[in-house]
Amino acid sequence: MFDVNDILETINMISQENLDIRTITMGISLRDCASGSAKELCRKIYDKISFCAKDLVKTGEDIERDFGIPIINKRISVTPISIVAEGSDSENYAIFAKVLDDAARNVGVNFIGGFSALVHKGYTKGDKLLIKAIPEALSTTERVCSSVNVATTKSGINMDAVKEMGLIIKDCAERTKDQDAVACSKLVVFANVPEDNPFMAGAFHGVGEPECVINVGVSGPGVVVKALKHLNGADFGTVAETIKKTAFKITRMGQLVAQEASSRLKVPFGVVDLSLAPTPAVGDSVAHILEAMGLESCGAHGTTAALALLNDAVKKGGVMASSYVGGLSGAFIPVSEDSGMIDAAIRGSLSIEKLEAMTCVCSVGLDMIAIPGDTPASTISAIIADEAAIGVVNNKTTAVRIIPVPGKTVGDVAEYGGLFGKAPVMRVNPFSAEAFINRGGRIPAPLHSLRN
Amino acid sequence: MKAVITVVGRDRIGIIAAITKVLADTHVNILDISQTIMQNIFTMVMLVDLSNLNCEFSRLGELLNEVGKELCVDIRLQREEIFTSMHRI
Repeated sequence: MFDVNDILETINMISQENLDIRTITMGISLRDCASGSAKELCRKIYDKISFCAKDLVKTGEDIERDFGIPIINKRISVTPISIVAEGSDSENYAIFAKVLDDAARNVGVNFIGGFSALVHKGYTKGDKLLIKAIPEALSTTERVCSSVNVATTKSGINMDAVKEMGLIIKDCAERTKDQDAVACSKLVVFANVPEDNPFMAGAFHGVGEPECVINVGVSGPGVVVKALKHLNGADFGTVAETIKKTAFKITRMGQLVAQEASSRLKVPFGVVDLSLAPTPAVGDSVAHILEAMGLESCGAHGTTAALALLNDAVKKGGVMASSYVGGLSGAFIPVSEDSGMIDAAIRGSLSIEKLEAMTCVCSVGLDMIAIPGDTPASTISAIIADEAAIGVVNNKTTAVRIIPVPGKTVGDVAEYGGLFGKAPVMRVNPFSAEAFINRGGRIPAPLHSLRN
Repeated sequence: MKAVITVVGRDRIGIIAAITKVLADTHVNILDISQTIMQNIFTMVMLVDLSNLNCEFSRLGELLNEVGKELCVDIRLQREEIFTSMHRI
């Protein structure tokens, strides 16, 4: 029949350990909206999103109620606007961000991703206009998220774009200086960006994706922490096994919700993203998992090894639990969104350099890190270049979501509230990379990109 | 469609009676019940069949919640698949 302990375990995971579905993200292709007239394009974008996603939020809430599992976010990703808007007669792409914002509000989702451009090998006209519009778009809208892919293993690193993104991030910060540069929290600079990632702010609907698709991102760091707390002194084989089993259970939940959402909305199921996504809530921290393995504080020597084990075990456990896995799939380490990371940064055990090392072995990159407001754009570009190099050489996704907080310096804290949390301003290496960044051009693809 | 009802809270007289009354009124058939007291905490898990349910699933949830409030216990109604998918391959 049924095992009472299994049932109580599931209920405890949900009620005590913050197990939830982090996001159901509907990917919508806007390619068929393209029009020479910007006005016509805006109308088509609004209508298509409103039509495709009209039942998204309600369906999410229904599933939440029927299964008793919280679904925190319902979101939308769309075709990169640089592609959709390229044929239009508008030179100011911020108007399209406004339309995305309106459509998102209309269907009740809290974020919409896809104000994006892919420029890893160079710019087209649309890419140029889109990137130029990012500061205005993110500072005048509430729900729009933006991402720019500046590098891939196949094509190398577009250093012109890396340089420009440093300036764009500074501009975003300046325009929202009254809110601790909140616009920067909605902008991700990627290397090897996945085209089916359901997590914000980096989600967009890739050009190889179907017309409309449902992707699901799971969460559950708290469940892993709890499982590890019973393992005092156990060896790493046991630790890895325990994480695998826990990740399996968490992912099965994601798979169930994804299939249910897909069938209720009559939209194909894309992927489950096997990510451990922390929140600022107590007991929902990836840093605490690393500490539960025996580190005094996240960032101590040993953190990279602990994270490598965690990331690998999450994938091994999750991959059998879902029929299709994709997106970012790994552990997230956003500083401001993880109470353990926040504490570690404040007590001085976690530095940007250590975080950079950690990004070599986990799913994303330097994420939600506040830095002093007077950091030069060239230094931000250099941080992006370092991350992109790690991604390109190691065949993995890396990203930078960094926030130079105007008027704040090391020791201060930037406050965002909600899922974005709060970010202690972290020290940046003060030596200049300006001459390096000013070279421009493209760093060639590494030798191992030639696999044919 | 099957669902699992779980009840957790301080033990007192009449918890099962109150819940089963709601189930009888809504034409819900009980397939299995398991109940224990752990450190004075009453824990009951019930597997029910909803094929003859005479109201909406959400309405049944509300009715159980009302009973839960009166009895000061936490009652959850969840579709069975969430447990089978998590614990069985």
